[in-house]
Amino acid sequence: MTTTVTPERTPEPAPAPAPAGHRSSARRRRVYQWLFVAPAVLYLLAFFGFPLVRNILMSFQEYTPTTYFTGEAPFNGLDNWRAVFSNELFGDALWQTVLFTVGSLVGQFTIGLALAVFFTRRFPLSGAVRAVLLLPWLVPMVVSAVVWRRIMDEDHGVLNSFLETLGLSGGGVPWLSSPSVALLSAVLVNIWIGIPFNMVILYGGLQEIPREVHEAAALDGAGPWRTFRSVTLPMLRPVVTVVLVLGFMSTVKVLDLILALTGGGPADSTQTLGTMTYQLSFLQLDFGQGAVVGNVLILISAVFAVLYLRVNRANAGRGK
Amino acid sequence: MTTCRRRRIPVSALALTLAGATVAGGLTACAAQPDPGTVTVLNSATDAKEHTANQAFFDTCAEPLGLKVKQISVPADQVATKALRMASSDSLPDILELDGSELAQFAETDGLRPLAETGFDAEGFSDSAVSLGSYDGTQYGVARSVNSLALIYNTTMLADAGLEPPTTWEELRATAAALTQGNTYGMAFSASPNADGVYQFLPFFWSAGGDEAHLAEGTGGQEALQLWKDLVDDGSASRSVVNWNQQDVNDQFVSGRTAMMVNGPWQVPVLSAQDSVEWAVASIPVPQAGQDPVPPIGGTVMTVPKNSDTDRERNAGAILNCLNSEQNQLGWGERVNNVPTRADAAQAYREQNPELAPFADLVATARSRTAEVGTRWPMVGDALAGAFQSVLTGRSSPAQALERAAQQAGE
Repeated sequence: MTTTVTPERTPEPAPAPAPAGHRSSARRRRVYQWLFVAPAVLYLLAFFGFPLVRNILMSFQEYTPTTYFTGEAPFNGLDNWRAVFSNELFGDALWQTVLFTVGSLVGQFTIGLALAVFFTRRFPLSGAVRAVLLLPWLVPMVVSAVVWRRIMDEDHGVLNSFLETLGLSGGGVPWLSSPSVALLSAVLVNIWIGIPFNMVILYGGLQEIPREVHEAAALDGAGPWRTFRSVTLPMLRPVVTVVLVLGFMSTVKVLDLILALTGGGPADSTQTLGTMTYQLSFLQLDFGQGAVVGNVLILISAVFAVLYLRVNRANAGRGK
Repeated sequence: MTTCRRRRIPVSALALTLAGATVAGGLTACAAQPDPGTVTVLNSATDAKEHTANQAFFDTCAEPLGLKVKQISVPADQVATKALRMASSDSLPDILELDGSELAQFAETDGLRPLAETGFDAEGFSDSAVSLGSYDGTQYGVARSVNSLALIYNTTMLADAGLEPPTTWEELRATAAALTQGNTYGMAFSASPNADGVYQFLPFFWSAGGDEAHLAEGTGGQEALQLWKDLVDDGSASRSVVNWNQQDVNDQFVSGRTAMMVNGPWQVPVLSAQDSVEWAVASIPVPQAGQDPVPPIGGTVMTVPKNSDTDRERNAGAILNCLNSEQNQLGWGERVNNVPTRADAAQAYREQNPELAPFADLVATARSRTAEVGTRWPMVGDALAGAFQSVLTGRSSPAQALERAAQQAGE
């Protein structure tokens, strides 16, 4: 851009009018610019903007099976919103979504980071072990959930017999059959699923850090922990933001895992906003109320997306 | 026409992708002209064997009429949403096969043709089958066969313990406790927070006098909840029942981890295919000796969506008539182990399949889930699931749970 700026257009208290020829060529240039951007903009509008707007509209409409036949979805003001917010389940689902998301992120990130750091050292079979650790990522979510359902079975699950052999627990732990444990179990399974993603991205980030920096730190007399805290972590920050924000987006809306693992039970203890949307829209066929919960989810995600963009812009400003 | 059709497909496909299912509006003006000689069916026969067997029945019926039948099969839990998407693009099939519990919501949309107007002959069907396909007193759907729930028990385990299958709730608790030992529970049922669990709770809820339109009224509902709670508290049933769907329950039974279970005739193929467990079917236990059990009636109903072309509706009606002849119903019923809905066919079925006779008897007193609450059923079912889940996990007492359920169901 800067190379094309003509002297007349440099900041001046009272800029002189640009010659007519310049103006039309600038306009043509702008048209071209837009032409290049247009496909992307159209694509975004069609596949992201339109559903978003529809979903927002839908939450103010009485949208039922009849709508599909008649095409009529009368606006009903805030009825859907009122119904959802007065639904006792909504508060529970919101709180459980927070617990599920925060728990999963903390677990995935710490374990993923620890493994990533561990694998930066070279040792025999490190490639093979890393490949095994990637497995959870390759297995479809629903399959993982079904397998874990068996592992966590209270009476015959491998997990309980394993704990018993180790002498860690006397009786069967009701992993999935007690409301006070089920959410924790879901978090544990989701952590297992999320570790590879965190590990791979963070590992990539660690590779980017020049070795000399670590050597310099070692020369300055920093121990491994000090090096990690004062050198590695700060240099890893942009990657950490990416991992956490992407992890957040994929965790906050988790649906298939919970549906296959507990179906939202027992006693609604694993209901999240995601499962609630599913339940309202596709089981009760009240698409209006389902849209309300969906909008709340979108809003939460949007807040984090904005945070992410701001952090990124700040980083870009610093030349990162 | 061809250009019109060619243009329409991508556009409406785009619209569908965008909004899940938007009202197609002007696009429908150019709807593709389906082949007049082909009757289309949307059903859930995704199992290859069932799909083929079904096609044979359709073909036998369609050929004399000079018609062909094309099945579109999607997984059972997607039929309703798929049908809604088709409705919005004005491309519904000629025959729509819905789960009995979904009929009310579709009938309410005014998108279904009353069967009487399609030339369908409703003579000779059992009352429960007619109520399964009816909404607001009009019959919109017909079930070729129906199913219900019964008590399936391990004959070896009961014989070894010198016990008879229980007939009352008291006997059920005692028998289940006596059969519980080592790795084996006496009883298993599904109490999962979805349609499976609700379906299994209904025979207890209804037999005790529970009323789905007034969940918190009377003591029937509380007694039914207490029975389930007692079975789990006694240790006669696993605490994991809150996670088990009906398939899981059957797995427990086949692996010998439970001596008795509540389940339906659709498990018969699996049960017959194994020989590690000897089994038999008994009626579902009732609160007091001498009462009639009131189980839910399940199954799919075939409906005819409204079509601007009445010939197509008539063709569909003619095929439904043929599928529901005594002979075809009996053949289909034996194929899927469900009880035919014509009284005469049901009688023949009972005689030819004595081991499944309890199912045939139960269907006679079975009740439709939507007959009383209609389109509110999904909410009521959900509320009931919440109630038994919170009682079984010790979160609330039966009375509290039903109070909350009544609120949730919007009473």
